[in-house]
Amino acid sequence: MAIFLLGMGVLAASGVGALALARTRWGSAVGAGGAVVGCALALVPSLQALFGQPADPFRLPWSIPGGSLSFAVDPLSGFFLLPTLVLAAAAAIYGQEYLRASAPPGRAGGAWLWYNLLVASMALTLAAQNGILFLLVWETMALTSFFLVVFERDKGSVRRAGWTYLVATHLGSAALLAMFVLAAGAAGSFEFTDLARLAAEPGDFRGLLFLLAVVGFGTKAGFVPLHVWLPEAHPAAPSHVSAVMSGAMIKTGIYGLVRLLVLLGPPAAWWGWLLVGIGVTSGVLGVLFALAQHDLKRLLAYHSVENIGIITLGLGLGTVGVAAGMPALAAFGFGGGLLHVLNHALFKGLLFLGAGCVLHAAGTREMDRLGGLLRRMPRTGACFLVGAAAISGLPPLNGFVSEFLIYLGAFRGAVGAAGAASAIVPALATIGALALIGGLAAACFTKAFGIVFLGEPRTPAAEAAHEAGPAMRGPMVALAAACIAIGLFPAVAIRVVLPSLRLLTREFAPLAAAALADMGDTVGMIGAGALLLAAGIFLAALARRRLLRGRAVEATVTWDCGYARPTARMQYTASSFAQPLTSLFRLILRTETHARPLVGVFPREAALVTETPDAFREVFFRPAFAAIGRTLERFRLLQHGRIQLYVLYVVVTLIALIAWKLR
Amino acid sequence: MDAMTLVPCLLGLVLAPLLAGIVNRTKAFFAGRHGQPLLQLYWDVFTLLRKGATYSRTTTWVFRAGPVVGLAATVLALALVPLGGIPALLRFPGDLVLFAYLLGLLRFVTVIAALDTGSSFEGMGASREVLFAALAEPALLLSLAAICLETRSVSLSVMLEDISTATWTNQGPALALVAVSLGIVLVAEAARIPVDDPTTHLELTMIHEVMVLDHGGPDLAFILYGSALKLWMLGSLLVGLAVPVRSGHPLLDAFASLGGMMLLAVIVGIVESSMARLRLVRVPKLLVGATALALLAVVLVLR
Repeated sequence: MAIFLLGMGVLAASGVGALALARTRWGSAVGAGGAVVGCALALVPSLQALFGQPADPFRLPWSIPGGSLSFAVDPLSGFFLLPTLVLAAAAAIYGQEYLRASAPPGRAGGAWLWYNLLVASMALTLAAQNGILFLLVWETMALTSFFLVVFERDKGSVRRAGWTYLVATHLGSAALLAMFVLAAGAAGSFEFTDLARLAAEPGDFRGLLFLLAVVGFGTKAGFVPLHVWLPEAHPAAPSHVSAVMSGAMIKTGIYGLVRLLVLLGPPAAWWGWLLVGIGVTSGVLGVLFALAQHDLKRLLAYHSVENIGIITLGLGLGTVGVAAGMPALAAFGFGGGLLHVLNHALFKGLLFLGAGCVLHAAGTREMDRLGGLLRRMPRTGACFLVGAAAISGLPPLNGFVSEFLIYLGAFRGAVGAAGAASAIVPALATIGALALIGGLAAACFTKAFGIVFLGEPRTPAAEAAHEAGPAMRGPMVALAAACIAIGLFPAVAIRVVLPSLRLLTREFAPLAAAALADMGDTVGMIGAGALLLAAGIFLAALARRRLLRGRAVEATVTWDCGYARPTARMQYTASSFAQPLTSLFRLILRTETHARPLVGVFPREAALVTETPDAFREVFFRPAFAAIGRTLERFRLLQHGRIQLYVLYVVVTLIALIAWKLR
Repeated sequence: MDAMTLVPCLLGLVLAPLLAGIVNRTKAFFAGRHGQPLLQLYWDVFTLLRKGATYSRTTTWVFRAGPVVGLAATVLALALVPLGGIPALLRFPGDLVLFAYLLGLLRFVTVIAALDTGSSFEGMGASREVLFAALAEPALLLSLAAICLETRSVSLSVMLEDISTATWTNQGPALALVAVSLGIVLVAEAARIPVDDPTTHLELTMIHEVMVLDHGGPDLAFILYGSALKLWMLGSLLVGLAVPVRSGHPLLDAFASLGGMMLLAVIVGIVESSMARLRLVRVPKLLVGATALALLAVVLVLR
């Protein structure tokens, strides 16, 4: 563990160093270099826990009651650390060049301080073994990411996004505080090793703890309807921070939930149903709202909600499997859910970095103002395409592997349940929801990639776009390569989740071992299928090449039905592409249309603006917070800044106290 | 028996373009025309394979990669599909998910290749394609889930092998619902009437055809052949369910299934001759209806 804490020290020191050197040209190098070194050091215990013997826990007595200052990296922490640290290091390399181009001079130092502290607090959250310590680093994570979200604080929209984030994350923390206090009250200690005693508590009490955890961790993870901060905060942050927040930080919520599932012991069936229900709503609504967005980063943020939904579907099926004593359902559900955590970190990180390159090159995130970027930024475009296909769950990439495991868990669960509705209903809901999500995600990412990177540029800014530099391209290429590698060799990748799966299915260890072996075989078949597909693509490409050799290959214009003056503005846009889908789901999306129609025989100009604000924000949170605000307004009477009145309060209080004392 | 597993794949590769011929001859019969030769699609594909190519200046490598990746995905999907009781070349638990997602990959590359041309017609077709596909996906997977529940298996080959006349006597209504749902999915995925009209001449009203408007030469040959394979394999699923001849004699089973495929092509032709395409806004209702039928079938199986 010493090496882990050394890594944390490097992160903190380099953050402070970057701030101190902010005025010099070394600031960014120290910040980014420190982040990479710190991540590499912290990765050592993670790999030890996954592939060898976990390092000894670190324990120091401290003055806070209820336990000690303790860190440990067990297989579960190790698994979550892996994507977090890899993505944080990749994003740091990217951010060094990204901030140089986009940050106001002198401000990058502060950005590195918060970034490195954010990475350190994420790693410590995953390693903390004490409830109070966990809450402390959890709060550090929330605050450091808040300062990163409001990095471009000159913009009003960014400040509003930061405010929403700060309120949401603290409401979540409140639920977690209550959860830990209740849990420690029953178990007698905040130490995670002692909290395992909770397994012996009555079911209702454990259910209450579980519900509090769903609210608290779900706010961080972005469960619908607690997700409202996510589409605001993630696009507002600098792109490499968006990548880390979407790819890694929201996963700490999933980690917390899984950790609690381990601590709470045998789950009740309704926990699983609740998680599947959350997964279905988050998944379907996340992708639907993503479809209606025009802003590339906002679209990606909504897709994080969708992918958290898919992960939760897996965890829910796993929980149902454990509760119903069905090892196959438990192994495949948890396996798919956890593997999707890793996969989502890779492709969502990649996509946010790609979106950052687009923003950097063309100066806008509005998809309808872009187009034709693949010619201008070929490497970025190719990487973005890999990410888009992976997030749509298509073979032979990594997203397919994890979605496949969840599907197969659901099919196995439905077939094996033998008429037990407790497992069949969630299994069928998962199949239907995953199918719908898959189709809609493909629609959304053909839109995002096709409109931004293909066709002709729609504005001069898009026309003048240029490829990003090597420090920005390198991390994207590495992440894209990881997506392809996991897709082609999933049997290797599945090994990082196996230790955690053994922990989660320990209730029926011998049966679960068989189910896990079966999962290994199935994943091997997927890998074989992916390799066959890759070979098929290679052969077909070879055939096409041979066929065209020596023949006339001409270039001409796109078929335009003989129209003489086509312009780039006549192309289909992101809005028109998604319009049939958004109008089909208009009852949910409530897209607002502001149109200035054509009038008269010789119309002068017309305009059409559509926007899709978050329905939950508009329908639920805005009125709720307005009502709270109105209630609190009444207390303004007590405090409106008149000194005389305050002096009067003091005098009245003093007299009251004296009167009480002399009574 | 192992050599037999090659049969469904090989038959598909050889006979798939014939289905299109049968559909066209049926339509010609109903229209009182003589019609194209039965083997027309074979000639079309061969002619195109011998040609050069013309590409739009707007397009990039994405446009050229589309038909290549699409054909590879289609052929691999074909290798997963059994023909009646004869198991497929590749089979493993969960192969049905891979099958569905390979079709998804085909659609993904077709759509981005269409968007690569920058043509608003192709964008329109792509937009409609992703809408209908997103709605057809739950219908397909829930239909398969119903068969899974009935046969207690999660592999296409085992599922369809276990369908027999006895299964139909026990679960007739549920299987009939699944068959209707799969039929609607087939019509939507293979771009046939009443979802899409493969013979329309107006770009504005096309869906699948308009997306491949700018392809030519070997690329178009790949696409035409791939579409024929797609119709064949979706048909194989439907016929495997609806023609429950499982005599244990491979030759007899193969002939029964082939007969079923030909009959299916005739039925598709009759449907195309006797009804018009649905208005585009009506198609989602048809597809959601198919999902509802599949769900109903699941409930009936569980009963």
